[in-house]
Amino acid sequence: MSTGTLTRADLSDSIHRKVGLSKAEASDMVEHILACMCGALSDGEQVKLSGFGTFLLRDKGERIGRNPKTGVEVPITPRRVMTFRASQAMRERIAQGN
Amino acid sequence: MIRSELVQMLADDNTDLRHAEVEQIVDIFFEDIIAQLAAGGRVELRGFGAFSTRDRKARVGRNPRTGESVDVPAKRVPFFKAGKAMRERLNVS
Repeated sequence: MSTGTLTRADLSDSIHRKVGLSKAEASDMVEHILACMCGALSDGEQVKLSGFGTFLLRDKGERIGRNPKTGVEVPITPRRVMTFRASQAMRERIAQGN
Repeated sequence: MIRSELVQMLADDNTDLRHAEVEQIVDIFFEDIIAQLAAGGRVELRGFGAFSTRDRKARVGRNPRTGESVDVPAKRVPFFKAGKAMRERLNVS
């Protein structure tokens, strides 16, 4: 596989070739997978995908930030952030480059 | 949500596909992402986020139980950054 950037189009093309769905159907499935994950996360649910990793949510409290250009202090509002923890299997494959 | 729930949700919404096909599609989706990262590339899913890898330098670590020093070799690790739309969506209540 190339070392460029993989996008939705590459994923739908791969599904189209390997599963035999039409390009439009394959593209719909890619959108659908992402929509399901987005939906669960915006409902405050973690997304755990065995062999891949876990998308976790963290609630952060208010803190004081600083505009790096002007040095002016501004409050950073409390917010929910999403982090990803890769599975052991993914970590190993990336470390080994295969 | 776990993988099997994702597969079930997709199967419920795509009744023209067999369950095994939906499973295969989900497998391909995540396998392609891992393969791309393992090959040294990145993955960009607009609105959701981007996966890339970062190189970590070798360092001297410590066994937390014994306090012994251990050499941790340089390695490449996966990294994810949530997209702008996703970050905003997490904060609408």
